[in-house]
Amino acid sequence: MSTESNSQKNVPLLQVKNLHTSFYTDAGEVKAVNGISYNLDAGKVLGIVGESGSGKSVSAYSLMQILTDTGRVTEGEVLFKGENILKYNSKQMQSFRGSRISMIFQDPMTCLNPVFSVGSQLREAIRIHTDRNREETQARALEMLQLVGVNEPEKRLKQYPHELSGGMRQRVMIAMALACEPDILIADEPTTALDVTIQAQILELMQSLQKKLGMAIIMITHDLGVIADMCDEIIVMYAGKVCERGTADEIFYNPRHEYTKGLIRSIPRITEQHEKLVPIAGSPVDLLNLPKGCAFASRCDHAMKICLTQQPEEVQVNDSHIAACWNNVRQMMEEENRGGASK
Amino acid sequence: MSSYDPSQAPKKRPFSLQIDVAQFEMATDEEKAQHETMRESTTFFRDGMRKLFKNPLAVGSMIVLVLLLITILVAPLIVPYTYSGMVTVNGKRDKSAKNMPPFTYSQMEQQAIDEGQYIFPHIFGTDELCRDYFIRVVYGARVSLAVGFFASLIVLVIGLLYGSISGYVGGRTDLIMMRIVDVIYSLPDTLMVILLSVVLDQVLGQSLQGTILASIGTNMLSMFTVFGLLYWVGMARLVRGQILTIKNNEYVLAARAMGAKPGRIIRKHILPNCMSVIIISTALQIPSAIFTESFLSFIGLGVQAPMPSLGSLANAARQALQAYPYKMVFPAVGICLIVLSFNLLGDGLRDAFDPKLRK
Amino acid sequence: MDLTQRDLRRKQLLVTCILGAVLFGAGWLFLPVLSEKILLGAVILLLTGTLFFSNDTGRYICKRVLLAILTVLIIAAITFFSMNAIPGGPFSKEKAPSAAVQAVLEERFHLNEPVGKQFLLYLEGLMQGNFGISTKTGREISTTIFDSFAISAKLGGYAALLAVVLGLVFGSIAALNRGKAADRIIIFFTTLFVAVPSFIMATLLLLVFCLQLNWFPIFSTSNQSYVLPVIALMLSPMSYITRLTKTSMLDVLGQDYIRTARAKGVKQVLVIFKHALKNALIPVITYVGPMTAYILTGSMVVESVFTTGGLGTKFVQGISNRDYPMIMGTTIFLATLMVTMTLISDLIYKIVDPRISFD
Repeated sequence: MSTESNSQKNVPLLQVKNLHTSFYTDAGEVKAVNGISYNLDAGKVLGIVGESGSGKSVSAYSLMQILTDTGRVTEGEVLFKGENILKYNSKQMQSFRGSRISMIFQDPMTCLNPVFSVGSQLREAIRIHTDRNREETQARALEMLQLVGVNEPEKRLKQYPHELSGGMRQRVMIAMALACEPDILIADEPTTALDVTIQAQILELMQSLQKKLGMAIIMITHDLGVIADMCDEIIVMYAGKVCERGTADEIFYNPRHEYTKGLIRSIPRITEQHEKLVPIAGSPVDLLNLPKGCAFASRCDHAMKICLTQQPEEVQVNDSHIAACWNNVRQMMEEENRGGASK
Repeated sequence: MSSYDPSQAPKKRPFSLQIDVAQFEMATDEEKAQHETMRESTTFFRDGMRKLFKNPLAVGSMIVLVLLLITILVAPLIVPYTYSGMVTVNGKRDKSAKNMPPFTYSQMEQQAIDEGQYIFPHIFGTDELCRDYFIRVVYGARVSLAVGFFASLIVLVIGLLYGSISGYVGGRTDLIMMRIVDVIYSLPDTLMVILLSVVLDQVLGQSLQGTILASIGTNMLSMFTVFGLLYWVGMARLVRGQILTIKNNEYVLAARAMGAKPGRIIRKHILPNCMSVIIISTALQIPSAIFTESFLSFIGLGVQAPMPSLGSLANAARQALQAYPYKMVFPAVGICLIVLSFNLLGDGLRDAFDPKLRK
Repeated sequence: MDLTQRDLRRKQLLVTCILGAVLFGAGWLFLPVLSEKILLGAVILLLTGTLFFSNDTGRYICKRVLLAILTVLIIAAITFFSMNAIPGGPFSKEKAPSAAVQAVLEERFHLNEPVGKQFLLYLEGLMQGNFGISTKTGREISTTIFDSFAISAKLGGYAALLAVVLGLVFGSIAALNRGKAADRIIIFFTTLFVAVPSFIMATLLLLVFCLQLNWFPIFSTSNQSYVLPVIALMLSPMSYITRLTKTSMLDVLGQDYIRTARAKGVKQVLVIFKHALKNALIPVITYVGPMTAYILTGSMVVESVFTTGGLGTKFVQGISNRDYPMIMGTTIFLATLMVTMTLISDLIYKIVDPRISFD
């Protein structure tokens, strides 16, 4: 989201403002998302990266309003073309889901209903949001399967999900999501459950479909490497908060948050043979008891006293790059001082 | 981070912030360790017990069962009547104490009371043979509970042995053993129980005469035999299934790869993991055995008279249902209370300990 | 094959139902004309089907039908030989009440032949609908069975139908209103009803609604009211189905594909009644077999309590009279019925759930 696009278009396609989501469990309130904000313009790809439990999927469920019974959006706004969709009633939301924003999920093995054929599930998605007749629906279903590169589409339509491979099912999921030409596709870890070769195929397919259909994509993943060359902007999340945002290049080559640095260090690289992989020590923070300062501090190698007591504020590194880390602040102060001294 | 919007975001520069430079020192490890308050880690067992005791239904049924147990153990010591003998007053049989409503006294007893004697009240009245009904219901509950416990024990032992052998040995042995189980499983159990009870009642009745076992009653023995013959298959299947899944789990594989001996694997990995499921299943087996016993007693195949069971008491009460409805109500409530408590306790145990239901 | 998968499934369902109906009909309605040759022919046909059928479903059906026939044979064998083991049982000459009956018995059971031969001859008689004669009444057992089964079938049919329909409705309501008042009320009553044996339920209903409140007349030939017996039979299986439906509904509602359906924009009503219910039905179908068994055994006592008559009553009478041929005949008849129902429910289950491989 560069400033140019903001100035060209007054209202971005999707604006998420200060979104908070909690789950009310027996053990207490689990704060899964703690105020995240982002904008998404039409036709752009936004990557949301974070480890399990960082709130990336929950933030997506919140804007689709498909949280489980115990989950609730406690604060914030989601503006789609300037309209707050969190204010929609259930009927409005039904016609909104699947037609304006679609979603595909992590595990294609469990995401298709086992007792209905692929064709009937695909046709259902088309029928809900359009008023095509039987033949047109069938034709559209076939067309969609061809579009996502399923071989023998006529035969597949009659098959049941368990008769397809994982990659094939994910293609069916994508076909289902795109059947009504949504403006935004949310992909929640679309490749995590797939083989590496299939992962590449699915990503390639999504990229080409994005170019062909011109929709915006929100790509949720825990694997930075997977989405690096797809995304216009990347958000790194930790404990339900944004730690860093920027373009793919900025995140990769100039990470400012210690967590992002750790994430990048933990990506295996074939080219640098002798470098040891550095994992991030410790385990994710307990969302039931969020600590006072920076949530990442206890796992951070460069944690400072201030990190334990005060939450880091978002600081702009440059126009498109923002980080919320005290180490970044220190680094920038040092640069400032050095710059001042040299002058 | 309050509300962030890139279009209106204040361009904060670090030097504009009011920051204490001393705060920008590296934190020590201890400080970091104190930073997070981690959730208290609990063991599987403790967590399960905590859940169990938080479940009001399970706690309620445990209380009911304990009270029942105390009643049936202590009542015969306090109540001066027997389940088989007529009510006596001063050693004389009281023939007037027939079919009395609860808490009433017969003429003879009333006389005795008038003479200043203490007569223990008939809490549930008396039956048509002038026997104290309360003590009969207590003994009935004793019999029913005993049948439930022993039948479940038999089922547990046979099922556990059979299932674990089948599951652990595997291969052809497993195949043959499981075919046998399949055949027994496909038989309609209640019908077979009735049939075998009829047969065993006759067969055992003749061969047992004069032995100690005869005092337990042939019907009771035949009931246990039937349970031992038929009802263990469910448990055997469960145990085998558990062992098979656990055997193929990654952690068992890992233990084996590290060179753990089979004994250690069974002790440390397989048993603790299937114990909860087996215990829950046994807890749920008890009410089903009590159910079957009362059903058999009701159709006249239960325990030997004069020994009462809740089912046979209910059956006997049918004869004069209109005149003495309370005779029906007491054993009926007894059965329902016991079965209900065990069901609820079993459900509670399952909710608390079944690994499949844990998140 | 140019059939769509859906049509194929429909066809399979149809074939199964027809096959089940034909088997059942052939087994019992046309018993008098059925001979061992026809049965042998059917078995050979099914065997060839198992071995040579090209489609999996056909092979599976053949295999299951064969197994069911085998089960019935085993039941017949157990029944015959265990009855034979009773000293002074049905086949001893001294037991016969009169010389005439004894003569018929001897002829009927070929008492002079070796036991194995006797069994084969008994089987042959069974296949022709000849169950022997009652030692108590001297009547043909087959006529008694078929006459009284009409009443039991009516009673059991209503009870089964009501149990399934009401169970599904209440179970869905409870699942959808989890934690709310409707759920709590439904679960409270179903938990209670599951713990009440059918004979106690029957007696209590009789006591309260017939004898105390006089809402329903006591059953007599002139005043045939099946309401209370049906309720007494139905409550327990209905409660079980309710709980089963609720659990499986909740399980299904937590599945990923339900989230997919919601994300697609499917209406909440359709998410539940189309996407969830069809999956939630699967465990309920497997309960049909056990439910039949439960209702048939339950009817034994319920019929006696309400004096409606029926096969169950005859069976219980047979037991108390030690009328062994009657017990044998009824056991084999009821067992065959239960095996058939289990077979049908298994076949429907495999067809509704496309994931199950036909192996």
